[in-house]
Amino acid sequence: MATAQPLPYRRVYVWEFPVRLFHWVNATGIFLLIITGFLIGNPQVLFRSNEAYQQYWFGWVRFTHFASAYIVFFNFLFRVYWGFVGNQFARWSSFFPVNKEQFLDMWETVRIDILQLKLKGKISIGHNYLASLTYIGLFILFLFEVFSGFALYSSMSGSFIPKLFTWMVPLMGGDANVRIWHHMVMWAFVLFTIIHVYLTFYHDYVEGRGDMSSMLGGWKFEKDKDLNR
Amino acid sequence: MEKNVPSIWKAMEAKGYSRREFMYFCGVAVAAAGIQSSAFGQVVEAFEKKARPPVVWLHFQECTCCSESFIRSSHPIVADIIFDTLSLDYTETLQAASGAQAEKCLQDTMKNNKGKYILLVEGSVPMLNGGSCCTIGGRSALEILKEAAADAAAVIAWGSCASHGCIQAAKPNPTGATPIHELVNRPVINVPGCPPIAEVMTGVVTHVLLYGKIPELDSQGRPKEFYSRRVHDTCYRRPYYDAGLFVESWDDDAARKGYCLYKMGCRGPVTYNACSVTKWNGNLSYPIQSGHGCIGCSEAEFWDNGPFYQHLSSFPGFGIESTADTIGATAAGVTVGAVALHAISSNIRKRKIIQGNMEESVSPNKPDHEIVEEVPENGGDQS
Repeated sequence: MATAQPLPYRRVYVWEFPVRLFHWVNATGIFLLIITGFLIGNPQVLFRSNEAYQQYWFGWVRFTHFASAYIVFFNFLFRVYWGFVGNQFARWSSFFPVNKEQFLDMWETVRIDILQLKLKGKISIGHNYLASLTYIGLFILFLFEVFSGFALYSSMSGSFIPKLFTWMVPLMGGDANVRIWHHMVMWAFVLFTIIHVYLTFYHDYVEGRGDMSSMLGGWKFEKDKDLNR
Repeated sequence: MEKNVPSIWKAMEAKGYSRREFMYFCGVAVAAAGIQSSAFGQVVEAFEKKARPPVVWLHFQECTCCSESFIRSSHPIVADIIFDTLSLDYTETLQAASGAQAEKCLQDTMKNNKGKYILLVEGSVPMLNGGSCCTIGGRSALEILKEAAADAAAVIAWGSCASHGCIQAAKPNPTGATPIHELVNRPVINVPGCPPIAEVMTGVVTHVLLYGKIPELDSQGRPKEFYSRRVHDTCYRRPYYDAGLFVESWDDDAARKGYCLYKMGCRGPVTYNACSVTKWNGNLSYPIQSGHGCIGCSEAEFWDNGPFYQHLSSFPGFGIESTADTIGATAAGVTVGAVALHAISSNIRKRKIIQGNMEESVSPNKPDHEIVEEVPENGGDQS
């Protein structure tokens, strides 16, 4: 043990506070949306012996769903804004692979994380480009969920926001179809969450750079040789 | 066919209706069209002065349930709109004439009332095989529709067939059944339902009659006055839904108590219609009140939206039994399995890296602790 020379690690402030706030508001919101969404899709009878006037629990489930949807949507709009003013790891330019280097980074991620080969090049500090591309796909699905959700909600709301999305309904052939797709696409978020949480554990475990805690404190720990300096 | 068409009042007077009965009729018409009572004077005036418009009612691929619903309009005097006060010049089901005479009737009406007659269409139009699946008098449905729609004052699509294609358009749609609004190059009033409620039908006709223009329509071409609210939001069982009290089997206690039918596949939450307000058979009842869930018959593609008694319908392309949840849960199971395999494989293939990390780790009680302290300060920037 004593023979090993400790490597110099540097602290990098990767996730700014607004990014972290977005992440946790988003995570909480989507968690609530999935739970309440499942309940709305298949409600459980909880208090059978009570009369209707004594309870409103299903109404609260739906309220939670709609309120979370609003919060998550505006949270997302805020994140879109932050993609223009945040640091290099938060910017939209770090989401879309455009040059050869970035595509190589994507391939490198496939090699080391999925094929589990040895790392050849540099390890990426913020998102790797494969993750970024996954988030872009997820953002599109997220927007679909928002649009279809608001379209379904528009008939119960007097607000102008849900009314902006009523065009979804004739496009998809009625509320029933919108509802089925809204439900189906939700599963993509369940699958994403499983993989996302696992991969964070995996990276933290194998690479020891503080992936898990970085979304709380914002810090990652990088070896000097991995920094572009 | 007559060139000088009398007003509705004149026509009623000639038939022996009293002024009192006429006023009563106007009142019913106001209520049926959902017009505010202060406009009553206008309605009376319109019916006194306006020529009663000729009506052409075309039947294509349909089952005539719309006609059946219409003639059973709960209020006899409302039904009279069509039989006495409107001049129903052509309708295959009810007209006396047949064959060449009937076709001449249609031609005459269209010629003599250019831009004045109301066109009611029941049924969808087949577009495959040159439209041969539905021909009348040797002409295809499309040909007849195009001709009749060209000079009509308004086009009303009766029922789900004319509005969405209904069962003929259900997969695989062997005749290429197509709704009217996709074929006619002008606004069409869609009055969906299988059949639509009689009072809704008369209400729409009354509106067109009174104002001489189409009522306010929603994004799917349906009159807002009847189709802007969900069956669910106007349902008398709605409080049970909000309270979370559901029927879970057709013979359980909850069914007897009249709880919400949501879990029995009721389509009320995704269906826009006036059923729970106007009701059926003379405001007597409607499906949910009779203990059966809504099947969403006024919604597009309702035949293809899965079993009527299942809330979450099967998912297209995955077979009858696969709902979104079975597909999703399977995918989640596969993902968890893949993740577990990945975790095992990581511990094997990445063991050198993990070991290396372990070796990098320093103990606070060992002497090389001091080296670690120094490195970040002396190394890095300067080197």
